[in-house]
Amino acid sequence: MNRSRLLLKLELQSNPEMLRVVRHALGQLAETLGFSGPECRAVVLAVDEALTNIIRHAYDGEGERPIQALFSRIEVRRDGEQRKALEIVLEDCGKRVDQAKLCGRSLEEVRPGGLGLHFIQECMDTVEFRRARGKNQLRLVKLLSLEKMEKGA
Amino acid sequence: MKIAERHLDKATIFDVSGDIDLATSPELRKALLRELREARMPRVVLNLQAVRYIDSSGVASLVEGLKVSRDLGARLILFGLNTTVREVLQLSKLVKIFEICENEEQAVSP
Repeated sequence: MNRSRLLLKLELQSNPEMLRVVRHALGQLAETLGFSGPECRAVVLAVDEALTNIIRHAYDGEGERPIQALFSRIEVRRDGEQRKALEIVLEDCGKRVDQAKLCGRSLEEVRPGGLGLHFIQECMDTVEFRRARGKNQLRLVKLLSLEKMEKGA
Repeated sequence: MKIAERHLDKATIFDVSGDIDLATSPELRKALLRELREARMPRVVLNLQAVRYIDSSGVASLVEGLKVSRDLGARLILFGLNTTVREVLQLSKLVKIFEICENEEQAVSP
């Protein structure tokens, strides 16, 4: 069974100006948890892209709709080992996301747009989407490296 | 994000600083397209040394600028890529399509 401890809860508006604020807070949090520089940047990029998708697609660019972001420290079983991880759950009340579009696009084609989901999938260990009680919920998990766990991070 | 603009004989240099994200990338896109389409500048150079963050919308603006430059027979050149920018371009697998120079001297040389 997964153990979870809430570290940070943010209630924000779907305003692009807020992205910078979230990036700053999350960067600090990931660093505090012991993630390396590249890992911190990966987590920040993934969450920023996920929030961007919510603003652009779920809310069609409306700037005053609610988004909730929960950041928790969890432990998960992975490959037979108990691993510490950062779990991020983003929730919005926007329109239903077409799950067929959640598979990303081929990067062979050189064109602007459609990279956000690819970034999220590349940066995180788990990406799960679900629709429940009229809300979109995206769950992202980033595992702490085994080396960091041994040092007691 | 801030964009400072410099003009050489046949090139425009944009010194970009700060964060390029959903809130700011439209400004970058607009500046690039203006210089390429309206000013018909044969070479547009982006100095990204002071960019702290770039997301997919920023990369998309660069890709659009690149496509327009190719259509018009112009060149879009990047230089001063720091770790953050380089990581994101590598992640996009688009790093190889851009003309990237080590420094400004290379970027503006004939």
